[in-house]
Amino acid sequence: MVATTIAHGHDLNLLGLADTEHEGPAPKRIVTGYGFWIFLLSDMVMFSCFFAAYAVLLGQTAGGPSGAELFNLRSVAVETTCLLLSSFACGMASIAAEVHSHLWFQIAMAVTCVLGLAFLAIEFHEFADLVARCARGPRRAFLSAFFTLVGCHGLHVSAGTLWLLTMMAQVFAKGFRADIQRRFLCFALFWHALDIIWVAVFSVVYLLGSAV
Amino acid sequence: MSDVHGLPHQPDVAPGDEVGGIRLHVLGYLTGLGLALVLTATSFFVAGTDLVWQPSIPVAIVVLAIAQMGVHVVFFLHITTGPDNTNNVMALAFGLLIVFLVIGGSLWIMSNLNHNMPPMDQLMLMQR
Repeated sequence: MVATTIAHGHDLNLLGLADTEHEGPAPKRIVTGYGFWIFLLSDMVMFSCFFAAYAVLLGQTAGGPSGAELFNLRSVAVETTCLLLSSFACGMASIAAEVHSHLWFQIAMAVTCVLGLAFLAIEFHEFADLVARCARGPRRAFLSAFFTLVGCHGLHVSAGTLWLLTMMAQVFAKGFRADIQRRFLCFALFWHALDIIWVAVFSVVYLLGSAV
Repeated sequence: MSDVHGLPHQPDVAPGDEVGGIRLHVLGYLTGLGLALVLTATSFFVAGTDLVWQPSIPVAIVVLAIAQMGVHVVFFLHITTGPDNTNNVMALAFGLLIVFLVIGGSLWIMSNLNHNMPPMDQLMLMQR
C-alpha cells in the first residue's frame, strides 16, 4: 500500500501535477503573438488556393502569349531584392523597439517603408504594362489566375505599408508602451510573412511560369 | 509547455520573439539576409542558364524556394524547435498540411481529369 502511494506520488510529480503553484494564463504578448501567427497561417492557406489555381491554369492561354513572353525577370529580381531588404530593415526595427531606441526605430521603419513602396511602384508599373499588352484578344484563365494571385499579394503589401505608417505614428506619439509593442510584434510578423509568400510567388509564378 | 522532467519552468515564446543580446540578434538577421540573397540569386541563375540539365530546373527552383522559406521562418520569424516554441511549430505544421493538401490535391485531380478527357476535336464532335 505504502509502495503504491509512493509510486503514485512519484508519477504525479513526473506529470507536473503535484506542483501546488500554478503558472496561470500566459502573458498577453505570447497570447497576442500566437493568435496573430494563426491568422497568418490561415492567410497562407488562402494563398495556397490561389497558387493551386495558378498552377492548374498555367497552360490556359487561349493561344495568347505565355508567361515566358510576358514576364520581365529583371524587374522581378529588383522587386525581390527590395522586399528582402525591407524585411531585414523590419528586423532591425524590431531590435530597436526591444531596446526602446526611438531614433533607430524610426530610421529602420522609414527604410522598410521606402523599400516597400519601391516594390509596389515596380509591381504597379509591371501590371500597367501587362494590361496594355493583353487588354485586346480573348479572356485568358492564365492571366486571371496571375492577376488574382500577384494582385492579392500586392494588396497585402499595400495594407502592410499603411499599417507601417500607423505604427511609426503610434510609437512617435505614445512611445514603447506594452500594447504598442504587441501591435508592432504583429506588424513585424505580418511583414516577414509577406516576404515568405513573395518567395513562393517569384519561384512559382515567374521562374516556373517562364520555364514551362 | 509544462515541465515534464522536473526541469525549471521555461515560459513560452511568442512567434517573432528571440532570446539573446542585441549583437546576437543583428547577427541572426544578417545571417538570414545573406542566406536568402544567395538562395534567391541561385534561383534566378538556375532559371536562366543553359549550364544545368534542363529537366532538373523546375525541381531545383522548387527546392531552392522551400529552402529559402525555411531560412525566413528560422532567421526572421524565429520559429525554432525549442521547447518554448512547441505551440508555434504545431500551428505551422498544421498550416503546412493544409497547404500541401490544397496544392497537391488540386494538381493531382486536374492532371487526372486532363488525362482522362478525350481530345478537344472528339469533344466537339460529341457536342453536335
